[in-house]
Amino acid sequence: MIDQDFTESLLSRFKSVTKRHHEDCLTLECDSSEVAELLFHLRDEETFDLMVDLTAIDHGELAEIRFSVVSHLYSRIHRDYLRIHSICGDNESPSFPSVSSIFPAANWHEREAYDMFGIHFTDHPNLKRILMWDGYPYYPLRKDFPLAGIETPLPADDVAEVTQASVDPAPMMGGPFVSTIDGNMSDSEPRAKDESWTEETEKPS
Amino acid sequence: MTANEVAYNGKVEGDVIVTKADAVINWIRKHSVWPMPMGLACCAIELMASAASRYDISRFGMEVMRFSPRQSDCMIVAGTVTYKMAEVVRRIYDQMGDPKWVVAMGACASTGGMYRSYAVMQGVDTIVPVDVYVSGCPPRPEALLDAMMKLQDKIGGESSVQNLKGEPNTAVAS
Repeated sequence: MIDQDFTESLLSRFKSVTKRHHEDCLTLECDSSEVAELLFHLRDEETFDLMVDLTAIDHGELAEIRFSVVSHLYSRIHRDYLRIHSICGDNESPSFPSVSSIFPAANWHEREAYDMFGIHFTDHPNLKRILMWDGYPYYPLRKDFPLAGIETPLPADDVAEVTQASVDPAPMMGGPFVSTIDGNMSDSEPRAKDESWTEETEKPS
Repeated sequence: MTANEVAYNGKVEGDVIVTKADAVINWIRKHSVWPMPMGLACCAIELMASAASRYDISRFGMEVMRFSPRQSDCMIVAGTVTYKMAEVVRRIYDQMGDPKWVVAMGACASTGGMYRSYAVMQGVDTIVPVDVYVSGCPPRPEALLDAMMKLQDKIGGESSVQNLKGEPNTAVAS
């Protein structure tokens, strides 16, 4: 387990690092300019040598700071997780220093965060989309992107021409389709939350 | 022909059988379907189970799964077709020689299934003509076998000679 001394030494060593409210593992707030240094230190000096996850958060279009990047580290010596939260400065074209040179595991995670949130990871060796196809015009996990999707042409022009198909918004009749947590598992299959409206009869406003 | 002969005796008619060309062609085709396993998600596991000893798809003469579209004539779309993968599915379909058939296996391939989302094509019939749809998530191997038998019935009723002379069948359900 991480003890108090560990936290104190980190806080005194890195100027921008502060503690953040957390309910499970220790969470630190760190300025994006100091993240690389912090990760190097954690990896080499503090045995946090496993990058478990790196992802991003969209706090909404109206938020003062819209995007932030979260990474999770694990130490086999401490047997504990550590979470590092950093904000991305620019709301319009967010960018963040890539940490894939420190943790190679971050390479694909950063590509995913770029694909889904449009966060540009500077100095990333291969920053291109990983899930959606190259040239897809949107970032699907941003808050302003509808779950059903937005109409766009199919990635292949010749296939689109032969089949007359395009990327269409998915039908959301009564959706989104969610499962409820409470009740029996057999009763909580994903189903339409509000079945009072369909594709034919408009959703009541 | 002597009175105690009950089987067909070729010598009587000189090794000639009179029938319709359609019947012969369809009979040959439907008993040697070579499926192309387009395994895209968990349905592919059930597809593998149908090919294994317990369910044994070879009972119906269609055990020769070919991973090359050039050597197969029935594409079994087993799984979720994403918009990114749709292009590949269509290209593989185009590479299959005529005559060819498509089975949409499971809810995802038939309608998009539970994936009402920006990433998933809502039914593979958007890009390729589907002959048989199989319900289930995933369908049991028996359901797939039933679908393949339905496909055999369908092949049995086709106007093969007419199609041989005509243009290749490129119609796409839109």
